[in-house]
Amino acid sequence: MTTVEAKTHKVAHHFDSADQEKAASKLGIWLFLCTEILMFGGLFVGYALYKRMYPDIFLQGSTFLDWKLGALNTVVLLVSSLTMALSIYYAQKGKNSKSTTCLWITLLCGFIFMGVKYIEYSHKLHLGLAPGDFFSYTETTTLKGLPLYFSFYYCMTGLHGSHVLAGMVLIFWLIIRSHKKHFGPSYYTPLECVGLFWHLVDLIWIYLFPLLYLVE
Amino acid sequence: MSSSNHIVPLNIYIKVLSALLVLTVLTVAVAQMDFGVFNVLIAMGIATVKATLVLLFFMHLKYDNKLFLVIFLTGVFFLIVLFLFCEFDIITRIPENSVL
Repeated sequence: MTTVEAKTHKVAHHFDSADQEKAASKLGIWLFLCTEILMFGGLFVGYALYKRMYPDIFLQGSTFLDWKLGALNTVVLLVSSLTMALSIYYAQKGKNSKSTTCLWITLLCGFIFMGVKYIEYSHKLHLGLAPGDFFSYTETTTLKGLPLYFSFYYCMTGLHGSHVLAGMVLIFWLIIRSHKKHFGPSYYTPLECVGLFWHLVDLIWIYLFPLLYLVE
Repeated sequence: MSSSNHIVPLNIYIKVLSALLVLTVLTVAVAQMDFGVFNVLIAMGIATVKATLVLLFFMHLKYDNKLFLVIFLTGVFFLIVLFLFCEFDIITRIPENSVL
């Protein structure tokens, strides 16, 4: 096993120590995650209120979703969270190539997730279950308010999906840096910061899956 | 202020993922059953257990500076405030005068 030490990271001059620099970076990320919770939170609160007012619409809407695909995506994101955490673990141990491999697997999971999302979206759009004014699905059994459910569906999964895409771009950036051997036991802050973001995206999906796919 | 350089053992990561996968199966399983008004509470309860596992172990909150935990909980607290005030607004409306 190759254990190449990271290129020495130079601590920015306005920090006392590498430790302080890392703590400050993570503080910034946690504050950002806080704003993310509140952004998604608005949609969750809207969902909760409308679901109570129109339970039938949400029940009918969820029948158009395949819970198997939702469950598959849940597993994919959970596994990707593990590999993200492991890439930090191996960086801490100085095992650069294993760390890089874990990042590649995480990126692959991101692609699988978006692939499944593409299948789901295209199937719904094909049926005419499009967001807002573009909704054109007409069956005699369709409830009048069904577009309400799909507005929530597209807003919540769309915002979440765009976060997955952003996370994938960031992970690709980490892969490039990891190949250049920028990370090691003494410096892996970017891995941790992107990791925190990626875990938050997983966290939101943990709530989205039962709310959208398993409505009773 | 400092941040932990604690290395979480590999077997803890594996155990956490196993627990998360089991809980995902459980989420799907309980969705097939009917517990009346408790349906949503049970689903959200399981999701919160999963979220806590991710936060404590994958996001290292268990080992890291507790300031990060406080920041996260502040966000959750204000989300609950948002939810409760919206709920109170809806619940206390008089149906005859409301456009909802």
